[in-house]
Amino acid sequence: MTKMPEIDRSQCNGCGLCVEVCSCRILMLIDNVVEIKEKAECQRCTRWCTVCEMVCPTGAIQCPFEVVTEETQHSADTS
Amino acid sequence: MSGALLNNLEAGIILDDMSVKAESLQSSAYFSGLGSEELDSILKQVFEKTVARGEVILFEGEPARAVYFVISGVVKVFKTSADGKEQILYLARPGDSFDDVPVFSGGLSLASAEAMTQVVLYGIEKDNLEANLREYPELAENILKVLSQRMEQIISLVEDLSFRRVTGRVAKILLENAEDTTGQRHRLTQQEMAAMAGTAREMIGRSLKLLEEEGKVRLERNRIVLTDKEALRELAGVGR
Repeated sequence: MTKMPEIDRSQCNGCGLCVEVCSCRILMLIDNVVEIKEKAECQRCTRWCTVCEMVCPTGAIQCPFEVVTEETQHSADTS
Repeated sequence: MSGALLNNLEAGIILDDMSVKAESLQSSAYFSGLGSEELDSILKQVFEKTVARGEVILFEGEPARAVYFVISGVVKVFKTSADGKEQILYLARPGDSFDDVPVFSGGLSLASAEAMTQVVLYGIEKDNLEANLREYPELAENILKVLSQRMEQIISLVEDLSFRRVTGRVAKILLENAEDTTGQRHRLTQQEMAAMAGTAREMIGRSLKLLEEEGKVRLERNRIVLTDKEALRELAGVGR
């Protein structure tokens, strides 16, 4: 399953910076807390741009990378 | 249900719980090789703590009261500069400990610790740990080994920060955090890599791009695939 940016709602201060910078336009504020509105749209972007994570002042959005080796990538794909 | 049966069941649950705890504790290098009698005795002094992602477990400069052992999750052990820049000293994963040096030296915590995921910790307070140290020489030997390894880790970090270029440091971080032999996959954000490499987040993005252009890694959606480990090792200046 395609991974999404991870949101920690308790840390979001509702500043909306991530919503402004998101190139896929998948983020929105609901009750002053960021949410992913269109998961399918995010899956379309082939790059994990991580700009939302970069601009977030509170660390509420994270876009972590898995580090895998070429040999073990297949097992990473199937799990 | 009779009172006696209930008592036996409760005793069974407590015993099961004790054996699970003993197994968890043994995953730490501190307690490897200790017998069940020693472990049972130490377990009586162990307290458990569950911490949410992002919660600070301890702050640099506060009195160090207990040694913590990571049972599940990942803890970031880091220092912060006056202008808020963060340098990660190491990531403590299951089996690792933190805040041990100031507990033994009787000082203040040398670094802060923050949960990067939900974390379950076991802790032993300073006085209890010291009493166990006097009681069990094998424990003292294990602790010497752990603290020696910690020293090696910190010297290696000094070496990285002093002599390696950022791309070399990034290569080393990737090699160290690639899937381990147990198949455990670690996850890192660019911010965390920057704090480990002692550089700005932007430099991590540039370094990853450079490594990709050179064919040493392939960047996929939320995944960094190490395509040429040998070249990465050479760049990082580390052996096999």
